[in-house]
Amino acid sequence: MAGITITGVVKGFGATPVLRGVSLAVEPGEFVALVGPSGCGKTTLMRIIAGIETADAGEIVINERAVTRLRPAERDIAMVFQSYALYPHLTVRENIAVPLAMRRLSVLERLPLLGRLLPGARRKRASIGDEVRRAAAPLGLEPLLDRRPGQLSGGQRQRVALARAVVRRPAAFLMDEPLSNLDAALRVQTRREIVDIHRAAGVATLYVTHDQAEALTMADKVAVMMGGELLQVATPEAIYADPADLRVAGFIGSPRINTLAAEADAEGRVRVAGVPAGLRAEACGALTLALRPEALRPAAKGLPVAIEHLEFLGDGLLLHARHVPDGAALVARLEPEAREGLQPGAALRLGFAPGRALLFGADGRRVAARADAGLVPA
Amino acid sequence: MAGALMTLPAGIAYLLLLLLPTLATVLLAFTDYELGATALGWIGLDNFREMLADRGFGVSVRNTLVYVGLVTPVSILGGLGLALLVEAGARGRAFFRAVFFLPVVSLTVAMAAAWQYLLHPTIGPVNAALRAMGVGTPFWLSSSDTVLLSLAAIGVWESIGFNMVLFMAGLTAIPRELYAAAEVDGARGGFDRFRLVTWPLLGPTTLFVLTISMIRSLRVFDTVAVLTQGGPNKASEVLLFTMYQQGFTYLRLGYSAAITLVFLAVVLALMWVQTRVLDKRVHYA
Repeated sequence: MAGITITGVVKGFGATPVLRGVSLAVEPGEFVALVGPSGCGKTTLMRIIAGIETADAGEIVINERAVTRLRPAERDIAMVFQSYALYPHLTVRENIAVPLAMRRLSVLERLPLLGRLLPGARRKRASIGDEVRRAAAPLGLEPLLDRRPGQLSGGQRQRVALARAVVRRPAAFLMDEPLSNLDAALRVQTRREIVDIHRAAGVATLYVTHDQAEALTMADKVAVMMGGELLQVATPEAIYADPADLRVAGFIGSPRINTLAAEADAEGRVRVAGVPAGLRAEACGALTLALRPEALRPAAKGLPVAIEHLEFLGDGLLLHARHVPDGAALVARLEPEAREGLQPGAALRLGFAPGRALLFGADGRRVAARADAGLVPA
Repeated sequence: MAGALMTLPAGIAYLLLLLLPTLATVLLAFTDYELGATALGWIGLDNFREMLADRGFGVSVRNTLVYVGLVTPVSILGGLGLALLVEAGARGRAFFRAVFFLPVVSLTVAMAAAWQYLLHPTIGPVNAALRAMGVGTPFWLSSSDTVLLSLAAIGVWESIGFNMVLFMAGLTAIPRELYAAAEVDGARGGFDRFRLVTWPLLGPTTLFVLTISMIRSLRVFDTVAVLTQGGPNKASEVLLFTMYQQGFTYLRLGYSAAITLVFLAVVLALMWVQTRVLDKRVHYA
């Protein structure tokens, strides 16, 4: 059992800082998804953990062993690349065997013809062959063992890359957007398989993705990264319902979270467009009120909006509207039956439970808030 | 019909410039035609019989094979080594590429004069350096022991830069991710990475370089014609030079054509071996 701990990793390319002091712990057996928009530094961080890139500063510990200055081969990790990085000239069987052959066979034993004649090499090769079959079988690769990567579909190549990662039973898995080259249907199916592989292997896994759906569905913990910094590391539920930063709230969730300019007076009473919102913040001054689309519902009292258009999703209904006082765009996710009586152009009030409201300060950090019955929503 | 008509210009050019001259050479090879002669006689395989009996021709074939056997592997391995070194270097890539490529674009005949000076037994810098080190000073181009070696060295110098540039192009086509994967998979040293990634992925490039290098070195002529004239004592006589001498010095065009046919057969045989044997072992991504 092993974990990954990184502390204060800094990296810049030339004058451009890419990572500004990132610290993260992946506990033994834990699945952590590192999610963020393109160019936020998440792939660089993963490559630094793998040892393919070197950090300008910071420490990396894998399996209670400081590996910061070790070569990738000595870090006891396996990596799945976005491009799969299979060796095109080797068969599936040989591709999966590479991590074992590289470690167990000497340089001489790996030679094409001579290697087979050396004493012991035959036995070692046989045991490697057994392990390759054991890694390939659960992924359904056995019929494909003698093909080359060029003869496989994208999904099959992806499985070969996974088998090559698990075959050696490493201390940690690193996966760099392994699903981004698959079509949507295959992606959902393979998501499940990766989680199963992780569970069976039981080792620390760091999974880089820009897809929040992957992060939320697969991970034990989600680490949200933006601009070279980790903004929040928490369970998927907490990341969604209890974001620590406005950027996290905005990045996670689809449709995007609604934001409204608000302000709190000296006692913390929150007003939106001058109207009390039924909340008391533990701060004063300019704030941002953020509401998930499903937190909004038509009500007798609430935010005055004008309906712009409706989107029927089958299992739900998206109501796009504009907040009348300041013209802010709002989206509400409603039950499909709620369509009755809703017309584009019509006026409506959208209410929300104070417990679902999220408040953020001017610096984007979360501000604690509580419901205030004394302040009746308009 | 219109399609056939469209290919007519190319067809005529092909016929006039390639097919007919080749056919004429093949026919000439079975005659005793000499330049300027008013008549020619069909002598069947006599030209080829003469070739087999001629000690000079045998020497010429042997010299050509030795030359190819020296220049091809050295210029390929050297070109690959240089390409790996230049690619691995942090800076100066364009500079080194230009420096090593220069011999390829320079005129061989002009460069041969420079080599003649460099390798001159008494006033040449090479022997001056050897003398300074207290080592023996060979006669290079004028001794039958070293002349082929000297010509081969010039041949390597000529083509190593070309091979390097081809290998550099091949190297840039290898995805960087594969090296990262090889590192993670346990390829610790440069040799492991070379065996696992570089060499197999350079396969198509290497096959191409091998083909080009063999043909180029089989065709060795300019340096021989300028520097040694096949001497001393036929020690640097090569196929194309023999052909040139027979055809243009002794004006025996029939015999010269027969040598050309042998040369063509050797080239075709090499190409056949390469496509038949090596192509199967090369992986095309």
